[in-house]
Amino acid sequence: MANKEALVLLLDVGPSMHSVIPVIEKLCSMLVQKKLIYNRHDKVGVVLFGTKETYNELTLELGGYRHVVVLKNLKDVDGDMVEALQKLPRGTKDGDFLDAIVVGMDMLIKMYPKANKVKKRLCLITNAQCPIKASIEGTKEEQVTTIAKQMSVHGTRMESIIVRGKLCRKKANKTTASENHRLLNIFSKETSTRIVYVGNPVSLFGALKTQNKTPHTVFRGDLELSSKMKIKVWVYKKTIEELPNLKKCYESPDIVVPSDQRVRGYHYGPQLVPMSKVALDAVKFKPEKGVKLLGFTNSSNVLRHYYMKDVNIFIPEPENTNAMLALSALARAMKEMNKVAILRCVWRRGQTKVVIGVLTPNISDKENIPDSFYFNVLPFAEDVREFQFPSFSKLPAALQPNQQQLEAAANLVEMLDLAPCGKEKALLPDFTPNPVLERFYRCLELKSKNPGAAVPPIDETLKKITEPDSNLVLKNKSVIDSFRRCFEPNENPRHKKLRRLLLEKSSSSEEDCNRDITPLPSNLIEVKVDSVCNPTPPQVFEAMSGSRNTQDSVVKAIKDRRNKIFELIDESNDGDNYPEALQCLTALQEKCIVDQESEQFNDFLRRLWNFDRNLQNFRGYLASRDSP
Amino acid sequence: MDFEHESDDPFRDDEDDPDAHLSLEKESTKEYVVYLVDASPKMFTSTCPASADDQKEESHFHIALSCISQSLKNQIINRSYDELAICFFNTREKRNIQELSGVFVFNVPERDYLDRPTARLIKEFDRIEESFAKDIGSQHGIVPGTRENSLYNAIWVAQALLRKGSAKTVDKRVLLFTNEDDPFGCIKGAIKSDMKRMTLQRAKDAQDLGISIELLPLSHPSDPFNVSQFYAELIGLEEDELADFMPSSGIKLEDMKDQLRKRMFKKRIVKKLKFIIVDGISIELNSYALIRPTVPGAITWLDSVTNQPLKSERTFICADTGALVEESTKRFHPYKNQNIVFSTKELSEIKRFSTGHLHLLGFKPLSCLRDYYNLKPSTFLYPSDEAMDGSICIFIALHRSMIQLKRFAVAFYGGSSRPQLVALIAQDEIIQSGGQIEPPGMHMISLPYSDDIRLVEERHSEKVGMVTRASNDQIKKAADVIKRIDLKDFSICQFANPGLQRHYAVLQALALEEDEIPEIKDETLPDEEGLARPGVVKALEEFKTSVYGENYDEECEANAKPSEASKKRKAQAEVATKECENYDWGELADTGKLKDLTVVELKYYLTAHNLPVSGKKEALVSRILTHMKK
Repeated sequence: MANKEALVLLLDVGPSMHSVIPVIEKLCSMLVQKKLIYNRHDKVGVVLFGTKETYNELTLELGGYRHVVVLKNLKDVDGDMVEALQKLPRGTKDGDFLDAIVVGMDMLIKMYPKANKVKKRLCLITNAQCPIKASIEGTKEEQVTTIAKQMSVHGTRMESIIVRGKLCRKKANKTTASENHRLLNIFSKETSTRIVYVGNPVSLFGALKTQNKTPHTVFRGDLELSSKMKIKVWVYKKTIEELPNLKKCYESPDIVVPSDQRVRGYHYGPQLVPMSKVALDAVKFKPEKGVKLLGFTNSSNVLRHYYMKDVNIFIPEPENTNAMLALSALARAMKEMNKVAILRCVWRRGQTKVVIGVLTPNISDKENIPDSFYFNVLPFAEDVREFQFPSFSKLPAALQPNQQQLEAAANLVEMLDLAPCGKEKALLPDFTPNPVLERFYRCLELKSKNPGAAVPPIDETLKKITEPDSNLVLKNKSVIDSFRRCFEPNENPRHKKLRRLLLEKSSSSEEDCNRDITPLPSNLIEVKVDSVCNPTPPQVFEAMSGSRNTQDSVVKAIKDRRNKIFELIDESNDGDNYPEALQCLTALQEKCIVDQESEQFNDFLRRLWNFDRNLQNFRGYLASRDSP
Repeated sequence: MDFEHESDDPFRDDEDDPDAHLSLEKESTKEYVVYLVDASPKMFTSTCPASADDQKEESHFHIALSCISQSLKNQIINRSYDELAICFFNTREKRNIQELSGVFVFNVPERDYLDRPTARLIKEFDRIEESFAKDIGSQHGIVPGTRENSLYNAIWVAQALLRKGSAKTVDKRVLLFTNEDDPFGCIKGAIKSDMKRMTLQRAKDAQDLGISIELLPLSHPSDPFNVSQFYAELIGLEEDELADFMPSSGIKLEDMKDQLRKRMFKKRIVKKLKFIIVDGISIELNSYALIRPTVPGAITWLDSVTNQPLKSERTFICADTGALVEESTKRFHPYKNQNIVFSTKELSEIKRFSTGHLHLLGFKPLSCLRDYYNLKPSTFLYPSDEAMDGSICIFIALHRSMIQLKRFAVAFYGGSSRPQLVALIAQDEIIQSGGQIEPPGMHMISLPYSDDIRLVEERHSEKVGMVTRASNDQIKKAADVIKRIDLKDFSICQFANPGLQRHYAVLQALALEEDEIPEIKDETLPDEEGLARPGVVKALEEFKTSVYGENYDEECEANAKPSEASKKRKAQAEVATKECENYDWGELADTGKLKDLTVVELKYYLTAHNLPVSGKKEALVSRILTHMKK
């Protein structure tokens, strides 16, 4: 199998690592679990360093390589390995990561002496705080360079996950740390090594790519700027949602009518129009395969929330310097000018869908990675629903925040900072594991041993993803407290008061009279008349509506108040009720805006205006008061 | 069209499936329209140029009909629950409930006068011109000597048609097509003013019932329609609106024709969310789906013989006993050579984090939101004070601060189907020429997890070898190209989905049994004309030379290294063509001996003729026969 992988985990279990070993245990066991599911024929070996004991082949053959233990030799993944990784021994010595790398490489080379099709991979997890031993020949740098070259020859890739920051209890020796940093960078320069620094348990958990399916290209071919100017690109998926694929038990899809005797029916008005597959194939839209440029535009014309799907990446065709240069020039020019490109894509031949999308530059900051582009799908005109929402500025003043509240909010936005300058950014998607999947795989393992096992609780480490970080909250206690002070508590006391009022007034339950007004008119009118006698009717008015929660009752409430206003005007003597009616009307308007029932209100206003001839006078009054 | 997908996966998100809420949509506001078309002889004799480049003149009557026909064809897809009636006035025959003369309501069987559009209505309406003179007839309804008033009658009939449905939930409109600006021109004296007054009163009564009357005047360049003659008063046009009326109604007519076929969605709250901001302070948000991929609509499976809808049923049979099981509530996942079974309850327990709430975790600068942090369409959030007072106030305060400080919020959304990290981006209201382009609120964007992100660039890093970056000169040349090919007013609403439009066109052609499928313009193709402008060509040419060098020949590059797979394919095709020549296919087909050949032999023919080679033997044989036209 061409896609088989042989992986050796090189785990630092020395004393300074003890605090993070629980996370490493989870991380590595999940890696093996996923391999059990998706890549069952991959081989994994486990090497520990920083142990008291020494057990490896090199020490027997050559001597040296002390405190390096081969916990598991390279073998097909199995449940036994999952268990072994779940309880790693704690070491007592300072480990030498370079020794571990050599032992790991030795294992890979012995198993696969020729650079054949098996992918060889080393994964080092350490805090790199302990110095490596000086070599007998040459400097440490030369030593590392030699090893790195060897690695490159054998086509071995390496991933280094370096734990640092808060996760290391011991104060690191600065010179050792910077020396190790330099040495590890040699690997990254000489080979394809990915170095990741992690400063908190969540990102340590997410640092290792546990799934390793070989990605397939979505498209290989020309990015056509015009019919004359083309750039050779490969397109891959950059993000794709990873989900477990569960199958249903016992299901037999019971199809009485076989598929060749069924046709699709689509609605055309009230009718169903049958469309056979043959007919559809004959007439359906068949665009030509290709990726064409439509033009460039200001990046401000494409808002972030237009992005529709998972993301693709356009990279230059490998080993094609021309393509690399052309993409690089375009990407850098677009970045400078703050432009994006709009493309029309048909990825495959025979595809019936056209995709319109936006290309945004991705300038590489690594020496060995060329510039590339991200591609996001944009909606078509049919996909956009133009719903209107009230402007914030047009909402009533009572709903607007005051200066003090604005400041409190600004402080919160500023201080509850997940990306502090110069420090590690929290919850970076690239390093944040999926807590649901973690729980799922853990549950899978438990159930494999005991089918009746209960669903385990959320992993403590991963709670930081679902809840605010308590340290951050504690640090910004004063900001949060002032925010809380500035905005009154949620439950509005007026609601309670009204509820009491209604309960006292009504002999039957409050619910009934809220839901259905017609059967109990006397009760409600009583309440309403009370409210009108009140010196500030609109407030009671507002309160009345406040207690009604469902959409239906809102409509009903509005209807009620409409009737009330009519009543007020009707009963009015020489306009003495008009001010009150107007106040009620304004309150109704506010309420309608809040509940987004503006149509209701406008409708009502129109009726008020047009219909009733008795209202002529009121209309005059309304106009004179420059009504809303 | 392969739009449909079945989502049975418990880890998939299905909470905002548009079709799941169709019943809800039906209930909300509808539109009832009466198309009122003047059929007086003048409508047939007056013409105007069909289009700018076409010299052919079309009668006003024809223009009105084709406009309505287009509008119906759009409506049946966009808003098929809206109802309409088509009504002619100034006709010889009469047909209406009130038995008023000069007014004819057009209809087809199995349909009320005011009803949803049907394929039959559209089809017969398209052919109405052929039989109009015979069945309906054109005749002046307002003539001196009689007190007949066909316009008055027409408005009265329209008003009666629109009697059903409450004005609160239904938007009622009358669209009046005419080219006669002075309908009472031939009447003199007191009778004229009397008739005029009566008609205006009739219109006013209709408007008082919540019916809006809109005028779509038709005119000839040499004989403009003077709206102030009579109609300004009828439709209630103010002095200052007069000047704008004629041009705008011309646009309206065009709009009716060119409307996009697009399923309309009513504004609907997808979900109510509780957003916990800090301990003790939470607000209520409503979520809306503003952008979702549109699919051709639900498929109903039909029996291919009877075209009757099929009932979909599912039975679950116990694998052990063969007995029918009530419903499958269990799923399994293979692991370590066994199938691990999960109940639905256990699966939802695994996904349960914080029940349905949105929990604020902190803020980050907008620059941290990388372009590849995206998985699916965004969801729009707008505050509501319905359950929790102060929600709007707190939301506005945060919204404003986030815009000012250029930051977005990171929150955890504990939705039941897919708990996830989300980014909340504050969007300011954008208003363009009086219309709201972007509503104010926040957009919720689902963020990927580390396992959802692939390290594509790094995978390829070893193959690349030396990486070269573009020089400043090359970047400058690229910048010239970018300046030249600039889409200044690019907007996402600019392109219709050609696949979907094609589907609707096919659907219409099938439903109306039309012979031809209307051509759909693919708006997504590049502007070849623009790209051929000398300035653009020159800029591209210079950019090309600058990055590819002087004597670059793409043909030679393309041919230089054909991939392994294509080499193999080519070799296979050659072998097949050669082998294929060894058989007398015509003879074999005629004698029915094709089925005696082996599959390998059959595939020689298929490969040689570039046909698909998939399927069972019978399929291969029939494919060959089809190809040979036998």
